[in-house]
Amino acid sequence: MLLQAIAFYVFAFVVMASAAMVVVSRNPVYSVLFLILAFFNAAALMLLIGAEFIAMILIIVYVGAVAVLFLFVVMMLDINVTRLREGFLKYLPVGALIGIVLFCEIMLGLGVFGSGTATLGELGKAAPQVVAITNTRAIGQVLYTQYFYLFQVAGLVLLVAMIGAIVLTLRRRPGVRRQRISEQLYRPKEQAITVVKVPTGGGVS
Amino acid sequence: MWADLYHFFTTYWLGQAIVILAECLLVTVPLLVAVAYMTYVDRKVWASIQLRRGPNVVGPFGLWQPFADGLKLLLKETIVPSSANQVLFLIAPMITFMTALIAWAVIPFGDGLVISDINVGILYLFAISSLGVYGIIVAGWASNSKYAFLGALRSAAQMVSYEVSIGFVLITVLLCVGSLNLTQVVIAQSGWFWNWFWLPLLPMFVIFFISALAETNRTPFDLPMSEAELVQGFQTEYSSMPFALFFLGEYANMILLSAMGSVLFLGGWMSPIPYPPFTWIPGLIWFCLKIALLLFVFSWTKGTLPRYRYDQLMRLGWKVFLPVSLGWVVITAAVLQLGGWVPKSF
Repeated sequence: MLLQAIAFYVFAFVVMASAAMVVVSRNPVYSVLFLILAFFNAAALMLLIGAEFIAMILIIVYVGAVAVLFLFVVMMLDINVTRLREGFLKYLPVGALIGIVLFCEIMLGLGVFGSGTATLGELGKAAPQVVAITNTRAIGQVLYTQYFYLFQVAGLVLLVAMIGAIVLTLRRRPGVRRQRISEQLYRPKEQAITVVKVPTGGGVS
Repeated sequence: MWADLYHFFTTYWLGQAIVILAECLLVTVPLLVAVAYMTYVDRKVWASIQLRRGPNVVGPFGLWQPFADGLKLLLKETIVPSSANQVLFLIAPMITFMTALIAWAVIPFGDGLVISDINVGILYLFAISSLGVYGIIVAGWASNSKYAFLGALRSAAQMVSYEVSIGFVLITVLLCVGSLNLTQVVIAQSGWFWNWFWLPLLPMFVIFFISALAETNRTPFDLPMSEAELVQGFQTEYSSMPFALFFLGEYANMILLSAMGSVLFLGGWMSPIPYPPFTWIPGLIWFCLKIALLLFVFSWTKGTLPRYRYDQLMRLGWKVFLPVSLGWVVITAAVLQLGGWVPKSF
């Protein structure tokens, strides 16, 4: 238990510190790398409470895919950091307001001041007892039975967003010579190669 | 006395820590020896494909060649370019090497022979293998060289693309198993060798192997370090030990993906014929033989195939493998459901 407490405080501290460094650090590439560190330690916190599925998905989705794209974009862009810093004080109140609102929402949802206990109780009923089964199956059972339709709708929304993004960026340029791989593969032997008997010293004309 | 020792190693945290450390060493040291000899086998296989002898000077049959190479790399000077980002430049090879090693924690070498038998073994492997890209992309950026950067960008795009199809391959396997635990994956394949998943899921096995080639940046997908255009890609600025770490990490990754292939498709530690005398041979040996078989195919492809063009590589990943593997997931799920073969643990 002591070991677990120490691990929790170490991971929590690193999450907070690296999250702060994401905002503070001068080099945007460092920011993204600190963001990755924050994701990692958040996953470790998930492991500590026994939510191994969520932890792994967090690493696969955020560290393995999203952060790679961030890093990609940040490395390619020539970002002028000093110009980004100019508006820092101007935007600080707005950012702080959003932060406070989100914090209050989480606190209310968790049932501070006796407000959210009812909703938490409802949610708790939907989840099967996690003691006997692995949490992968617990999540699967809730998502594919209780919230099946909502889950499918969420998938559809993502599909539409994906198709939308493709349609927006797709443009046909005229005059481009494309490679048609199937045509190349179906070309018969007779059109592709000729066997020539080369006389010594004669060469091929 | 033995009971006391057993008590010490199973209950006290110091004893447990010693046991875990010993387990890690038992996996890591043979792995590093295997990596060293994989470079030797690679060179021997290419040599015999090209009708050459390969390394044959240092020691009998050139067997000390890997150690001579290692010693040479150790003694060279570590050069950090003056315009490079020094911290990230040195961290990058460590990331590559470490991600290649930590994945071995969940690989089952035999029945119960596994460091950490976790419930989400497949997801853990997938998560760790998706981290390998960071070593390369950080190296490319920190080198502050255009060759290195281009190589890193190519590699990142390539690894992200082929991970998608590897993900779908893993999903089909776990549909057939009904568990994310790697030991369960192997147990689900028990029986004759045609019960292993390579035959029922043959297209997925092929896709897995080709994606593994792309993940490890091997020919025909070695564009990130194609020497004709990019000098040595993201490794251009590296020398000495940092270079050696990249090299070791790459080979360790190859062995890891071969081990993944054996666990997922070739029945892990199972013997191909489930009767004596074949079952008398320890499972560990069968497992190593299967890994060796896949590694041989790795060397063989490198000695045989030319390099892909970059747009063809992307086309293969996104327009061929992604639809095929996605379709195969649907087909597998439908066949399992309609045929009544849904694994019991569901």
